[in-house]
Amino acid sequence: MSSKPENQNKTDHIDHEALYEDADYWHVNTGEETIHAKRMPGRFRTLKWWSASIWLIFFLGPYLRWDGHQAILFDIANRKFHIFDITILPQDVWLLAVVMLFFAMLLGAVTSVAGRVFCGYFCFQTVWTDIFTLLEEKLEGSPAQRARLDKAPWNARKIRIKVIKHFLWILIGLLTGISFTLWFADAYQMWESYLTLTAPLVAWVTVATFTVFTYIFAGFMREQVCLWLCPYCRIQGVMYDCETILPTYDVKRGEPRGKLKKNTDPQGRELGDCIDCKLCVAVCPTGVDIRHGQQEGCITCGLCLDACDSIMDKIHRPRGLISYISLDEINGKPKLKLFQRPRVLGFLAILVVSVAGMLWGVTHLGSLELSVIHERQPLYVIQSDGSIQNKYELKVLNKTDKPMDVDLTVTGTPYTPTIHGATMPWKVAPGDVGAFTVFLRIPGSEFKQERTTVVFTVSDVEDENVKAVYESMFFGPGH
Amino acid sequence: MSDNKNANQTPDTGHSWDDGALRELLNEPPGWWKLGMWVSLAWVLVYFILYPSIPLATDFTKGVMGWTAIKEYKADLKEVEELRAPYEAKIKKMSASAILADSELSSYVEKSGKVLFGDRCAACHGSGGAGNPGFPVLADDDWLYGGDINTIEASITDGREGGMPAFGGSLSAQQLDDVTQFVIGLAQGTKHAAGAAVFEEQGCSGCHGEDAKGVTFMGSANLTDGIYRFTPGTAESVKYTIAHGVNDGSDPETRNAVMPSFADKLTETEIKKLAVYVYKLGGGQ
Repeated sequence: MSSKPENQNKTDHIDHEALYEDADYWHVNTGEETIHAKRMPGRFRTLKWWSASIWLIFFLGPYLRWDGHQAILFDIANRKFHIFDITILPQDVWLLAVVMLFFAMLLGAVTSVAGRVFCGYFCFQTVWTDIFTLLEEKLEGSPAQRARLDKAPWNARKIRIKVIKHFLWILIGLLTGISFTLWFADAYQMWESYLTLTAPLVAWVTVATFTVFTYIFAGFMREQVCLWLCPYCRIQGVMYDCETILPTYDVKRGEPRGKLKKNTDPQGRELGDCIDCKLCVAVCPTGVDIRHGQQEGCITCGLCLDACDSIMDKIHRPRGLISYISLDEINGKPKLKLFQRPRVLGFLAILVVSVAGMLWGVTHLGSLELSVIHERQPLYVIQSDGSIQNKYELKVLNKTDKPMDVDLTVTGTPYTPTIHGATMPWKVAPGDVGAFTVFLRIPGSEFKQERTTVVFTVSDVEDENVKAVYESMFFGPGH
Repeated sequence: MSDNKNANQTPDTGHSWDDGALRELLNEPPGWWKLGMWVSLAWVLVYFILYPSIPLATDFTKGVMGWTAIKEYKADLKEVEELRAPYEAKIKKMSASAILADSELSSYVEKSGKVLFGDRCAACHGSGGAGNPGFPVLADDDWLYGGDINTIEASITDGREGGMPAFGGSLSAQQLDDVTQFVIGLAQGTKHAAGAAVFEEQGCSGCHGEDAKGVTFMGSANLTDGIYRFTPGTAESVKYTIAHGVNDGSDPETRNAVMPSFADKLTETEIKKLAVYVYKLGGGQ
């Protein structure tokens, strides 16, 4: 470090060393080195297993049966989503938007409270990488052994271990791909078609894509996906504020760091509590040093907390040198309650709205839908008897699983239109759209306007309350 | 000083600024990127072998797969035609009125009829049969020759040619005005005695009928409704028709009213489809 010159001219004599001092510890791993993270037990490790097990639903869910069919089936080919008793047709696809809003807001709310909880505990990239590295550890041994094996010359043992590892990885990828496709067609039939090699091309392509990307992402790219491929990584970073609790190294307590000499009392030493054992770095799945503070590479998985706590226990110092704590807290500012934080409240408010929307949507799916298209070519026709005729195409959607007979009535106009060209009741097949052409006629002596509103109502013959309404227009020559 | 801003000790180009604080390092592109480039290059070669690709002076390389866009189009077309085949086979055997009675077939025919109508008929009759000046509306229930399905089919097959003699030479100006007022009055419900007399003595009812409602056998117009074969339905236009007639060879200014025969332009199946489509436009009887 050079000393600063007196009377410096700021533009001419910039102290470059000082300017770049910050960058001394910068180290961006762009994939040239493989992170071999150490595994150790602890509170957050256990928590991580519980949160990761949510993905069992992904693998097991398709086999769940309900009323003789697959409980959850996203039947794209027939354009129907079955979720237990509910059937969702494309007309109700707005619900999907509400569901997406819900998860987006949930991500926001959770992130602003406790950081990248999704990344650290739930994200498939994190979970699959965790499983892949677990297999790696079982087959190849500790991080040091793994690094040695990577450098070792190829021999029979290395080949055997590597072949088994990559085989298992690809197998997991394959299972991931197959499980994904099972949500979109009957699970058992899909398995049959896979085993007899008769599955449709789109299924093979999907499985292949998932297998390849699972293998590459969880096997090779790992933290690189989080560092530069994933948009959520950066999106979540901007959701933090000073009250967000994050895995944080207590600088005041830890520094100055220094090795603990043998047979010295850690209680009485002049250095800080950090003994620079680098275990927090060794366990980090993305290979960052949390002691440099919060950074883009940190997926807030809490594994460094486990590591540091274990060391603190050993040297008989209190736990929590690295802990989930907010910036305000560590700076001694008063801790705000959740309801005092506008950002959290905002997320929660939208969350509540989206939940309400989902509930309303699911309970108001209805069983009949109607849309009416008015013929524009010609807009109207004058008949021989002087009456004015308009043509309409009606599309009636029967959302129930039984055939339905429907009747049509036309109201909403001061005139008395008569319905022609239709023989009631119309039959509409279950889950299907029936298209019907009708003509409305109003006597020319009666109708002198350019247009009037007409309201079409279709109703179930058996139950008048099951109905759908559509407002359209009736046109005339206007003189 | 250890070079701690260049952890990998990458060589530089020798370009440096600010006393070496800014340097241009010779970093290799990442491995995955180079792999992607080589794979792309290999794919280009494979593509060139498989597909038509390299332009030659008068020709191009065909590729070993023999793929062409037109072949793909024809294969797709074949697929569609296979889907249509069962319907088409039925339509071929059935009469137009039988097709109309079958709800599934008639809605199939309505769709393919719409395309045919757009190609063959809409130029004169307007899309949706909305009509054009000088060409009849097909969506209303006023028919010159009849609006039942068989008649519509016959009109398309054989065509129609209207006929009305020009009265401009045989009537005085006064008589012409009178009969015009009489005809206009028929639709509006007013009476014109002098015009009625002219109508009677000129034998107009011989074609248009005693009640002036037209005779479909001859294709003569119904004069009592507000729908006019030659639009607009003004006194001036009616007078012109009476004076110059329709398709009267002796009057160079006569009205033209010819519907061509489509017997040799369309197949029987196509004519059946069009008949059903026209019938369902709104005026079929």
